[in-house]
Amino acid sequence: MSTPYNFAFLDENTKRMLRRALLKAVAIPGYQVPFGSREMPLPYGWGTGGIQVTAALLGPDDVLKVIDQGADDTTNAVNIRRFFGRVAGVATTERTADASVIQTRHRIPEIPLREDQLLVFQVPEPEPLRTLEPREAETRTMHALADYGLMHVKLYEDIAQYGHIATSYDYPVMVDGRYLTSPSPIPKFDNPKLDRSPALMLFGAGREKRLYAIPPYTRVESLAFDDHPFEIQRWEHHCALCGAGDSYLDEVVVDDRGTRMFVCSDTDYCSQRRDDATEEAA
Amino acid sequence: MSALLQVRALSHRYGRRIGCEDVSFDLHPGELLCIVGESGSGKSTLLNTVAAQLAPTSGAVRYHQKNGDWLDLGALSEADRRRLAREEWGFVTQNPRDGLRLNVSAGANVAERLMALGQRDYGRLRDIARGWLERVEIDPARIDDAPTGFSGGMQQRLQIARTLVTQPRLVFMDEPTAGLDVSVQARILDLLRRLVNELGLAAIMVTHDLAVARLLAARTLVMQGGRVVESGLTDQILDDPQHPYTQLLVSSVLTT
Amino acid sequence: MTASLSSPAMLELRGLAKSFELHQQHDTRLDVLDGIELTLHAGECVVLSGPSGAGKSTLLRVIYANYRSSRGAVRVRHAGEWLDLAEATPHQVLDVRRRTLGYVSQFLRVIPRVQALDIVAEPLIGAGVAVEEARQRAGALLHRLNVPERLWPLPPGTFSGGEQQRVNIARGLIVHRPLLLLDEPTASLDAENRQVVAQLLEEARHAGAAVLGIFHDEDMRDRVATRLFPMRPMALA
Repeated sequence: MSTPYNFAFLDENTKRMLRRALLKAVAIPGYQVPFGSREMPLPYGWGTGGIQVTAALLGPDDVLKVIDQGADDTTNAVNIRRFFGRVAGVATTERTADASVIQTRHRIPEIPLREDQLLVFQVPEPEPLRTLEPREAETRTMHALADYGLMHVKLYEDIAQYGHIATSYDYPVMVDGRYLTSPSPIPKFDNPKLDRSPALMLFGAGREKRLYAIPPYTRVESLAFDDHPFEIQRWEHHCALCGAGDSYLDEVVVDDRGTRMFVCSDTDYCSQRRDDATEEAA
Repeated sequence: MSALLQVRALSHRYGRRIGCEDVSFDLHPGELLCIVGESGSGKSTLLNTVAAQLAPTSGAVRYHQKNGDWLDLGALSEADRRRLAREEWGFVTQNPRDGLRLNVSAGANVAERLMALGQRDYGRLRDIARGWLERVEIDPARIDDAPTGFSGGMQQRLQIARTLVTQPRLVFMDEPTAGLDVSVQARILDLLRRLVNELGLAAIMVTHDLAVARLLAARTLVMQGGRVVESGLTDQILDDPQHPYTQLLVSSVLTT
Repeated sequence: MTASLSSPAMLELRGLAKSFELHQQHDTRLDVLDGIELTLHAGECVVLSGPSGAGKSTLLRVIYANYRSSRGAVRVRHAGEWLDLAEATPHQVLDVRRRTLGYVSQFLRVIPRVQALDIVAEPLIGAGVAVEEARQRAGALLHRLNVPERLWPLPPGTFSGGEQQRVNIARGLIVHRPLLLLDEPTASLDAENRQVVAQLLEEARHAGAAVLGIFHDEDMRDRVATRLFPMRPMALA
């Protein structure tokens, strides 16, 4: 490592501020902790919140994995992974099982996480009530008083308009029966993975200057109506590459004639399965 | 019969300016009280101070809760204030756009308070919402329409449905018919009159219109310059006003 | 029940006075009533007599607490107890009006959009009678007062004077209150309907009601009055 930067880019005082905010976030599951978000060398919306959290967490022995929409090889993921490789010199990996810190945008890996892993989410809008209530002072009061009737208005509107709860990502959850929380724009397919996860989950919103956390083994419920219970997406297809029937699938157009195929969104999961299949065949 | 609300020597000042001064009255269950007076007489300030939306400068308001306990509204926490507003009270604002959520459907507007109370059965919420739309004379087929497409009178009727759906014990209304055409006004007043009777609501209504007080309220307070200058039976106040200001108000009404 | 002085008193007026102070007209004071003494017993119908300007309507309105008395007492037997309406709280007055004291004026105060049948049934519902029964009894009374059934579902705003007056009488008499105040309730009625009203009042008296009324029509007065209470205008102060 030969950079003029401090380890993991941020100075130690900033990292200490972040860690204190993270400790508070862990202590109050689902509560949005304000923090002094720094300017980062990439634009808002590219993961500045997640990067700051990751920077505060990384030690020299950590192994970092970065995914964007489940893939390790997209521009955003590659850039962030390379960034930390340069400014922290940490080892990086594409393998979920090998990583100690995973920064993610829009997905939770398919392979179940362990207690010794940390999952860092990039969050564009930490406030689940924001689309319905624009006033920050009001949403804070609503959180303080657990006054959450409004959130069901949104789900009601979904059913009224589409016949079912059409919200398919960033699907609101109650954390530990107390705080209404945005899970970040992950597909609702991933919501069940939040519930009682062995891994600590940390959320960073750089532009909105908020951190929050779901500690290990915390109860996380997705909101629903009695007669319209929470459901995850299902596909009629299996992954065209690895044949998985239990993973989140992306629809990909493969030629100019509009031929489509469905493949795992989690590229690591997909390639692992294919490797395993090859080994078995051999 | 014991009171639902006791107001004692209540004052609210805006700095050195008087909003309302030294007002006392009782409100009984099932009773509709009108506060009349011209613009700037302190009617709305009084209403908002009684409803704990404004902090009193001095004086006290006590509310007899559903569970039988008396609650001193001056010492009310924000959490308790919201709980009351959600579970036991209702507010109808003059401009329905202030009281409605314009970006969600009529049905969601009606159902919101029920959802806030923990009602989680979508089908049942729809049934109740349809029933209330019908009750306030809005075609239930419009349940999924946004209120932005409704006329002013319809919006006000929707606000009334949204407020009364949880059957509050006490409703605060600030000029609910001002700013509407006369024919639309009559319809809303008739509706309020029926619903107040049917549901046995207690209500405090601010109005500058003496005819509204005559139609709806058994008792009336007349305010001038922030003070109550006359109070009592509505018909007595309107037919035999004692205070010079009340006499002026009554004699200024156009009769048809 | 036949009226007699041995029947229980229902209403006592003692030293009753009423003046109006008109602040908008240079604080002019109008003295209309002074020193009124009257005892009304169950079963009697006292008719106020005297020229116009004698304060007959004002007296009824003071008793009903529609006007505030200036001096004196308006004692009403309410639920077995005596209550001075001149001193009563608004809530007490409202309770007296609901259960004890009825008032039928000359004019119906029309409530927009409310149909005649419901206008008549409303006081019964207020007294706790079930809606269906109240509407049935309202219909029966309107029928007796010859208000055609086709008018029942209509708001009476467009009715003739006589029809409005009969709706008004029905509304005033449908609850059997022990004390009735009547301010020319039959002014616009034809002979046949006056007969019906006279019968209704007689039935009310026989059921124990005390009636105090103003009837300008002499036939009607003779028909219903058990006693006259003469009044004369006060000299201008």
